[in-house]
Amino acid sequence: MRFTLNGVATDVAAHPMKRLLDVLREECGLTGTKEGCGEGECGACTVLVDGVTVCSCIVPFGQAQDADVVTIEGLGNAHGLQQAFMDEVGAQCGICTPGMVVAASVLNEDPSLEEIRVGLAGNLCRCTGYAAIYRAILSSARAGKA
Amino acid sequence: MTTAVGQSVSRKDGIGKATGATKYADDLHFPGMLFGRTIRSTIPCGRVKSIRMDFDTSGFTIVDYRDIPHRNVVALIDEDQPYLVETEVRHMAEAIVLLAHEDREKLLGANVVIEYEEAEPVFDPERSPHSFKDITIEKGDVEDALASAEIVVEGTYRTGHQEHVYIETNGVIAVPEHGGIALYGSLQCPFYAYKALRSVLGNDHPLRVIQTETGGGFGGKEEYPSMIAGHAALLAVKSGRPVKIIYDRVEDMVATTKRHPSIVRHRTGLTREGRLVAMDVDVILDGGAYSTLSAVVLSRGCIHAAGPYRCDNVKIFGRAMFTNTPPNGAFRGFGAPQTEFAMEVHMERIAEQLGMDSLTLREMNALRPGDMTATSQVLKQDASALECLQEAVRRTDYRRKREELKGTNRGIGLALFYHGAGFTGAGEQRLASKARLDLTATGARIMVASTEIGQGTRTMHAQIVSDALGVPYETIEVAQPDTSVVADSGPTVASRTCMVVGKILERCALEMKERLEGMTPAQYHAKHGAFSIVKEHIQPEWMRWDDDNYQGDAYATYAWGCDVAEVEIDRDTYEVRPVKVTAVQEFGRPIHPALAMGQIEGGTVQGLGYALLEHVVMKNGAMANPTLTNYTIPTTLDTPELDIVMLENHYDGGPFGAKGLGELPMDGPAPAVVNAIRHLGLDLRDIPAIPETLIACASL
Amino acid sequence: MKTALSTLEMRRATSVAEALEILRDEPRMPIAGATDVYVGLNFGTLPELRYLDIWALDELRTITVNEDVLVLGALATYTMMVASALVQERLPMMIEAARQVGGPQIQNRGTIGGNIANGSPAGDSLPVLAACDAVVVLQSAGAERRVKFTEFYTGYRKTVMRRDELVVAVEVPRVSGRQWFRKVGTRAAQAISKVVVAGVRGEGARIAVGSIAPTVIRLTATERALATGSLDEAMVALRGEVNPIDDIRSTADYRKRVTENLVRRFWTETA
Ligand SMILES: Cc1cc2nc3c(=O)[nH]c(=O)nc-3n(C[C@H](O)[C@H](O)[C@H](O)COP(=O)(O)OP(=O)(O)OC[C@H]3O[C@@H](n4cnc5c(N)ncnc54)[C@H](O)[C@@H]3O)c2cc1C
Ligand code: FES
Ligand code: FES
Repeated sequence: MRFTLNGVATDVAAHPMKRLLDVLREECGLTGTKEGCGEGECGACTVLVDGVTVCSCIVPFGQAQDADVVTIEGLGNAHGLQQAFMDEVGAQCGICTPGMVVAASVLNEDPSLEEIRVGLAGNLCRCTGYAAIYRAILSSARAGKA
Repeated sequence: MTTAVGQSVSRKDGIGKATGATKYADDLHFPGMLFGRTIRSTIPCGRVKSIRMDFDTSGFTIVDYRDIPHRNVVALIDEDQPYLVETEVRHMAEAIVLLAHEDREKLLGANVVIEYEEAEPVFDPERSPHSFKDITIEKGDVEDALASAEIVVEGTYRTGHQEHVYIETNGVIAVPEHGGIALYGSLQCPFYAYKALRSVLGNDHPLRVIQTETGGGFGGKEEYPSMIAGHAALLAVKSGRPVKIIYDRVEDMVATTKRHPSIVRHRTGLTREGRLVAMDVDVILDGGAYSTLSAVVLSRGCIHAAGPYRCDNVKIFGRAMFTNTPPNGAFRGFGAPQTEFAMEVHMERIAEQLGMDSLTLREMNALRPGDMTATSQVLKQDASALECLQEAVRRTDYRRKREELKGTNRGIGLALFYHGAGFTGAGEQRLASKARLDLTATGARIMVASTEIGQGTRTMHAQIVSDALGVPYETIEVAQPDTSVVADSGPTVASRTCMVVGKILERCALEMKERLEGMTPAQYHAKHGAFSIVKEHIQPEWMRWDDDNYQGDAYATYAWGCDVAEVEIDRDTYEVRPVKVTAVQEFGRPIHPALAMGQIEGGTVQGLGYALLEHVVMKNGAMANPTLTNYTIPTTLDTPELDIVMLENHYDGGPFGAKGLGELPMDGPAPAVVNAIRHLGLDLRDIPAIPETLIACASL
Repeated sequence: MKTALSTLEMRRATSVAEALEILRDEPRMPIAGATDVYVGLNFGTLPELRYLDIWALDELRTITVNEDVLVLGALATYTMMVASALVQERLPMMIEAARQVGGPQIQNRGTIGGNIANGSPAGDSLPVLAACDAVVVLQSAGAERRVKFTEFYTGYRKTVMRRDELVVAVEVPRVSGRQWFRKVGTRAAQAISKVVVAGVRGEGARIAVGSIAPTVIRLTATERALATGSLDEAMVALRGEVNPIDDIRSTADYRKRVTENLVRRFWTETA
């Protein structure tokens, strides 16, 4: 089945009902996408499908046919958000971080605190109490503007 | 002069985490690897009558207790818990049989039929016939003082289970190697797992335990990983192949440990002006079906049960009771959040009964330097209860707000608390932790078993060594904990990793510096090659502790805090929303301000969840809501604005003046929130304060 | 995932007509945004083995107004509804409901058709649809029928929909009167409703409540009492027609009292 993965045309032979999460981790070797619950609740498995966030643990691979899928690996290592997550200690244990960064990557360019809170309401973090994550996103937006 | 300490330097593990490159247990694969599965009991109490494999067993590795080469007991304190049930079942989800297969689908499809003879379970800790541990702390004469007190206030306070909800579930991989086992796992205490494996496998196998990057612990990966590590190792030994066991969320919630539920009764005598003259405290913890760490959780809980207050006559009696539920265990705070919750809500009720302001009551009785705690420990200058209280009050304009909000749908409440750093009493001395520092061609490498579980161990240790050695932070490496190479610096628990292990590392670095004789590590290394320094913990010589009577210096030092919570209630739905939480905390000195801030913010929100949302529903001895949908931790929208203040009051015995911080933030939010709800006029004494509880509360 | 993948089979339909032919020939469970189906598969609690992927049916991904009726295509997601000026203008309480569904990821994927067909009594869009007298449009190969939303459910997660049918749309006639919505969930986001109330106050009152009975219900006796009598009389009627249960998320007593309080609030706030 064909789809675009992190900008590259990709063809993977897998069961169409395999979870997109498992296809990414097992067939494509991209383990940056994490599983925290398998019920759409924690957002650790967040990836972009056609530009919007989804929980890849509840998306059948078949529904990614011809779609444009972006994972944490697809954001590259130089994304402003990643630097900001480092600088502001937005990652503690780091298990929620890939999902957080992916979810944050589709917020508008200059989000208000309230927009960040609403935009990340589908991503659970047990370590940070979210505050450092907000600081990271706000500082990344400021850096983007500068 | 420090250049790294006190700065928010870049986290050692920052980039890997932010890019998703960091590998956690489930991200690792070994050739020929099998997957493991645990078949668990479906009754809370009884005996196994028969076990039948109702599937085609070809290709399966099957393990039951008879396959255990050495001892069927998880090595911990009392050694009462088996790895695998022999006949007696004491709780739901107790491990009975282990299966492994290379095909996960076949593994999940395997049907094991177990017949039981059921017995009558005990679920109520107050009716339990068996206590794992009793503790009595006694100072002065409580009965006498109560009898002559001008006023006596009584009350009972309850707290529920709490689930850790590390976002990475428990998982390990056991890999056969050199005739033994290498165990990779998400865990806090590599040497606990190592000792546990020794007990199950015996001494014939070479063993090592390697901590993989750990996606959160909070105590939940302190003792439990010994269990899952043993299971994976048994399957690996029998099959001769690597075996990975990763729990799914439901299994993790149903089978692994939680925070002990508590029932705390207070009987307190006071003078009419509000001076504490007698405190009689009765603590009951629900230990679950095996003792695990209950005795030490109870101990810390009891020591903190009188709160940060001075009183000459104190009696604290605690019991950790057996029930037919999965064992409860370590969780950030370790008993103190439960007992300090009770104390702080009780203080509010005392003030209400005295008709006095609860702030004045706290100010009057708060422990000051020179005062004595419940265990008769005389506090030194590094005691900051009053400073925390006063700063929190000033910062939040507490008195004015408390007046202004009266009768509205907003309430404001406060809690004063403290937390002992390190193991209790002579614990650190017995532990005798070691740290090792290796000189490298470019700097130094830290060789300790203390684990990075998100709190910043690597970074903070490297900062300490960097400044003590006088070399740049970037030149300090930190080894991944592997029991075959690192020093046993003890478990990563009890807020001890900075204060205790950091201090040993500081001493290692200072000695290394002397050996370098003014040369840089590179110069020395080029000339003389590498060397290592190993040092052991030194107990402060002034510390005295009587373990039989629970009297003396319970902890080398304490961290202090005062939380103020402002909440809003919807009087139609009884939903309470935290609006703002101010946390003023003193923990010596922040080695890394941003990391410290993260500990306080994260702990505070975990405490808010404990207070308002997190409800473990138990049915027939098992968690009935074991999903992230139905056990609700705070999302971004449940999390209020946080205002964090870090006060400094250096502890001489800690590295660069630091104390312990990890657990302190967990102690305050629940009582602060409940006191804010009391300010709204509801007579609440229990948590979680879910709307269903509030709607049934009497009005004040 | 706890369900064995090798036992499962899924076909992907590329048009509604094709989908209906497939369903005519063999029963299959449709999958739209999969946000309910995959939770069930992950937990291993769905007995179904054969599925039909309808996510690609863009014909159903529409929001239009037709002869003064708002037509929400079955694949309209919560995100689409929140962004829709038509929904904002005609059915603002649906926007309220949609904004509070799960989190952004769920809103991006979850559909109105899935919420309706799934039939959980806690479905957040359902009280909205019940309160505005919506009509469910069902199609099977060669046939179409319209069912009043209030007659769509026959019991706990049971509907009048046949296995060869798809929900293709839900139609909402113009709502006159003030709309009101309140969800009481287990937390502020990613929350399942414990009580959810939608109300319309026009000539009289139309009130629907979720999570307090095996299906979403209209409080018909309460509505009648409000039309003719006092709020207190309506509360007596309400107590007679609301009989919730205890479950792991809440208690019967809580649900009952909160329903009463919210209906009261609806009535005073929309006065
Ligand atoms: C984390 C999480 C949070 C959630 N929060 C909420 C919430 O707050 N409120 C709420 O109401 N729901 C919530 N849900 C449930 C779910 O998202 C909604 O019910 C959603 O609307 C389902 O739509 P779907 O397209 O994903 O349905 P699917 O999962 O694809 O299908 C659900 C059911 O409907 C059937 N079906 C779907 N489309 C059709 C059709 N066109 N014709 C016939 N049958 C059809 C399917 O066969 C299946 O039985 C949540 C789910 C998750 C995972
Ligand atoms: S793993 Fe997908 S949302 Fe938790
Ligand atoms: S950093 Fe650990 S869960 Fe978010």
